[in-house]
Amino acid sequence: MNSKDHPHNENSTGRVTRRSFLSQMGAAGATVTAAPLVARAQFATAPGETSSRGTQKIENAVPIALSVNGKSVRIEVDPRTTLLDALRETLSLTGTKKGCDHGQCGACTVHVDGRRINSCLTLAIMHEGDSITTIEGLGEPDDLHPMQASFVEHDGYQCGYCTSGQIMSAVALLKEPCGPADADVKELMSGNICRCGAYPNIVAAIQHVRQRA
Amino acid sequence: MELFAYTRATDAEQAINTATSKDVRFIAGGTTLLDLMKLDVERPAQLIDINRIGLDAIEKLPTGTLRIGALVRNSDFAHHPIVQSDYRVLSQALLAGASAQLRNMATTGGNLLQRTRCMYFRNTAMPCNKRTPGTGCSAIEGDNRTLAILGTSKDCIATNPSDMNVAFAALEAVITVRSASGSRDIPFGDFHLLPGTTPHLETVLVPGDLVTHVTLPAPRSKSKQVYLKLRDRASYEFALASAAIVAEVSDGKFSFIRVALGGLGTKPWRSHEAEAALLHRPADIAMFHRAADAALRDADPQSENGFKVELAKRCITHALTLATQSA
Repeated sequence: MNSKDHPHNENSTGRVTRRSFLSQMGAAGATVTAAPLVARAQFATAPGETSSRGTQKIENAVPIALSVNGKSVRIEVDPRTTLLDALRETLSLTGTKKGCDHGQCGACTVHVDGRRINSCLTLAIMHEGDSITTIEGLGEPDDLHPMQASFVEHDGYQCGYCTSGQIMSAVALLKEPCGPADADVKELMSGNICRCGAYPNIVAAIQHVRQRA
Repeated sequence: MELFAYTRATDAEQAINTATSKDVRFIAGGTTLLDLMKLDVERPAQLIDINRIGLDAIEKLPTGTLRIGALVRNSDFAHHPIVQSDYRVLSQALLAGASAQLRNMATTGGNLLQRTRCMYFRNTAMPCNKRTPGTGCSAIEGDNRTLAILGTSKDCIATNPSDMNVAFAALEAVITVRSASGSRDIPFGDFHLLPGTTPHLETVLVPGDLVTHVTLPAPRSKSKQVYLKLRDRASYEFALASAAIVAEVSDGKFSFIRVALGGLGTKPWRSHEAEAALLHRPADIAMFHRAADAALRDADPQSENGFKVELAKRCITHALTLATQSA
């Protein structure tokens, strides 16, 4: 596979990255499955600029205004769209993961007005005017949040799929009533499942940040 | 998920006046409703968002009672200083339920109305009298390990999954419901219905009813309180058996006792039998065993949940031991 076979691949070196491959798969998939429920995203900071998926007209679309990672955002979504799908599909913030989609795994954890919630079990339209923080709003690769840095330092992951949810939960936990013991951390982190079983390192990463705070 | 009309209510009156048919659902935390809508178990034509109508305060009333708004989130409820000091069994029960994320979303009113976790109720491919009346109960002949042994009928053995409800039963909470015709108070024990031949009817609420508050009686300052929850994993799991105890002991005997059970009944289960076995009797292990036997006397286990009878007895006995040994 190279860029000549795939004119839509914008990678000039011809190297297919994981993300560009998945984007193409997604585009191809859309022709044989149902059209995406959500479209038309617009950041207030970049007026007029629509997302690459943003051309499809949605039936029954509802406009909503949110603050996402400190930026004001106006989007139009089908009323059935969860906050999780609005973040991932409309706003292309794919750091927040979809695991079970039923509030049982915690991969979709984000902060709403500073509190952690499962973004899969809430509708985007219920959050008009709310401030949402996702993993993308926590730190940058060259300026990590202390919890992100601690997860790296303590190897608090294996496959990484649950990691953004784990970190969003862990950052919220810092401001919640929580006893000093590892057992207290485990109890308050029980809503985040790690199938790789990185739990000991996750607890160590969190305790490291708590003890330095 | 089926398409629905979405309305955001600005106050309780508007919400009630909009909710005129049985195809309407109020949505608060959404943790049960959206879960079931994704499974097509719930298919409302209209959702009324009640998250911005207020009803989110916890207030100590002059009578000494504690009034909790229906929109108070489970985490705020559990960590409220008055709840932590005077209604410990309730704080413990709330914190034993779900996860920190879900507790930040779930509300008092929503937890009251939490639907069963019976896998057949959640699977539209399977018969279920609760979901589709008259189709039969798949659980009685099926996978029923986690299901109820108290209050069952030949039509339904689904367990009420709430921990909060068990503490409410022990604390004798009162639920305030508002409709177009006014407000009414419902004692907690009268709020949930036994399945009988109509398992699709779970509470006394009718369309247009909105739970606005829950009121707890004035605290019993000398009472010992315990919520003990037994489950398949240490956290983030529904109860196989749980017990809420509110006890007062004077001169070695129970002068006041309330016992409620979770994970065992088709509704939150107050055990008047256990209470009668304990009141005015010595607070010792022999009496705890007698109370546990009394509580489970009418248990009707199924093919896979017979273990719950013994588990429940040990849960009650241990909870009573913890309640009466604490300083």
